[in-house]
Amino acid sequence: MSEPTGLAWVALSFAKLLAIFVVYLGTVAYTTLAERRISAWIQDRHGPNRVGPQGLFQPIADGIKNLLKEETIPGSASPWLFVLAPALAFVPAFVTWAVIPWGAPLPTPWGTISLAVADLPVGFLFILAISSLGVYGITLAGWSSNNKYSLLGGLRSSAQMVSYEIAMGLSTIPVLLLAGNVAMGDIVAQQQATSWNAVLLSVAFLTFLVSAFAETNRLPFDLPEAESELVAGYHTEYSAMKYSMFMIAEYANMMTAGAFISTLFLGGWDIPFTTWDSTGAPSALKSAATFAMLYAKTLFWLFFFIWVRWTLPRFRYDQLMALGWRVLLPLLLAYIVLIASVLLALDAVGIGRGGAYVATLFGVNVAVVAVVAFWLDRGRLVSPAASRLQVQELERLRQVAARRAAIAAAGSRGT
Amino acid sequence: MAIGVKVVERPTGEVSYLRSTLSGLATTFRHLVDPHKVTVQYPEQRWPIAPRWRGTHRMLTTEDGKAKCVACGLCPTVCPANCIKLVPGEDEQGNRYPLVFEIDEFRCIFCGYCQEVCPEEAIHVGRHFENAELSRDRFVYDLARLTSQTHDVCELWDPADPKGE
Repeated sequence: MSEPTGLAWVALSFAKLLAIFVVYLGTVAYTTLAERRISAWIQDRHGPNRVGPQGLFQPIADGIKNLLKEETIPGSASPWLFVLAPALAFVPAFVTWAVIPWGAPLPTPWGTISLAVADLPVGFLFILAISSLGVYGITLAGWSSNNKYSLLGGLRSSAQMVSYEIAMGLSTIPVLLLAGNVAMGDIVAQQQATSWNAVLLSVAFLTFLVSAFAETNRLPFDLPEAESELVAGYHTEYSAMKYSMFMIAEYANMMTAGAFISTLFLGGWDIPFTTWDSTGAPSALKSAATFAMLYAKTLFWLFFFIWVRWTLPRFRYDQLMALGWRVLLPLLLAYIVLIASVLLALDAVGIGRGGAYVATLFGVNVAVVAVVAFWLDRGRLVSPAASRLQVQELERLRQVAARRAAIAAAGSRGT
Repeated sequence: MAIGVKVVERPTGEVSYLRSTLSGLATTFRHLVDPHKVTVQYPEQRWPIAPRWRGTHRMLTTEDGKAKCVACGLCPTVCPANCIKLVPGEDEQGNRYPLVFEIDEFRCIFCGYCQEVCPEEAIHVGRHFENAELSRDRFVYDLARLTSQTHDVCELWDPADPKGE
């Protein structure tokens, strides 16, 4: 079956856009409710359960409240950028949805269509490029508010997101090595042909997960808003719908990150333990089932983000930077070399993409994960300021201090 | 002068990222699925009010529905906040009764002296806390309002039984 052309293509693209927009926005709205209820359950509370059955209309009530609230713009804020910043955070969070393939191709009377809004040949690069634009909104919000807390939040955010973009980009390189292509569809197809990348590239999967937390500004890496230090960080001065847009952008980014992790490492819309979904003629049932599969995977990641948020305390800033630059970066550089060598070696030995191939890669990954876990799990603090003070070192410091005090005392006697 | 750095030795399991993260996730998940919640969902569920809780007042009545008050004037005298307004009256049989009995609940400090001092056990502070009104003058309770209250009243502190057992 061929792809639709002309007017049918425009109409179908528009329909896809509308459908995915509705699904995304609805999920984002209900993620805010899920966050509040899950956090409540974790803390032995009930959470919002008054608006509608089980609080299900709470997002609607919140939306109405935020639309009707008074908006304040600080007198000394930069007026244009202050208004522009929420939109700059909001738009990239939405645009990244376009390239994620949400299911098996759907047959229509006009031709078979892909379930990604825009099936770009460079879909993967598109996500990396657009998601890194989100930092502009946050940084400009912090700067234009003309508030020290906002500015600190914006600065932290820019440093954090730029640092973790590197870890994120590097942890996806092994995926590209395996897939040999940057189109999202090909990455999914490669995982269907061999095995999920979470098995083949566990280390990349785990580091990508850590960087995803940092990229979405979620706890334990939510330093840009760190309410215990920075009031509310970059959106301290924002109120009503502008504030709400930052929140929506955060949850939209979470959902994008969840869908992205699922696509890169958990087989995308692949239904495990069956080849029914990826072989044979496309059908509407297959599209629906695979869509449900990817949606379920995404919901799992949303739950995981919320679960981790209400479990871990916030990292200190130097620890965050040390983790990104001194742990993840060298680890991933070494890992890329390792994976590339293993792939070359497998190629040279002549092992095709079958059981032995999967087993070898999985074994290599288990070994690396074990080594890293062993190294990390020795009571070690990832921080430039975390070298444990030795007793001799302490003694030496005390001697230096005593000598200085003696010199100072001698000097004061002399005058 | 000397650097006083205290080096705390902590067990490795407590300061290790992976083990503490995983055990933390397990703890939060246990609470997540635990149906026991500590919230009291207020309008439907309520905490019991303490027997000696002192809230807004209530005037007890005799069997024929009249206030028990004999307008002796002890409660406005003892009131430290001066919030009770009493104008006594007397009927043909020589029975004293209050012509005006008003308590300004905004001035009241809810000490309960009026209840303690009352010889007729007429005025009481109540075991009651839901007092919202839409205007300030509704907070001056007159005699009709005080007698029409139906909530429980405070049990006074008994010196012979200080813990109220």
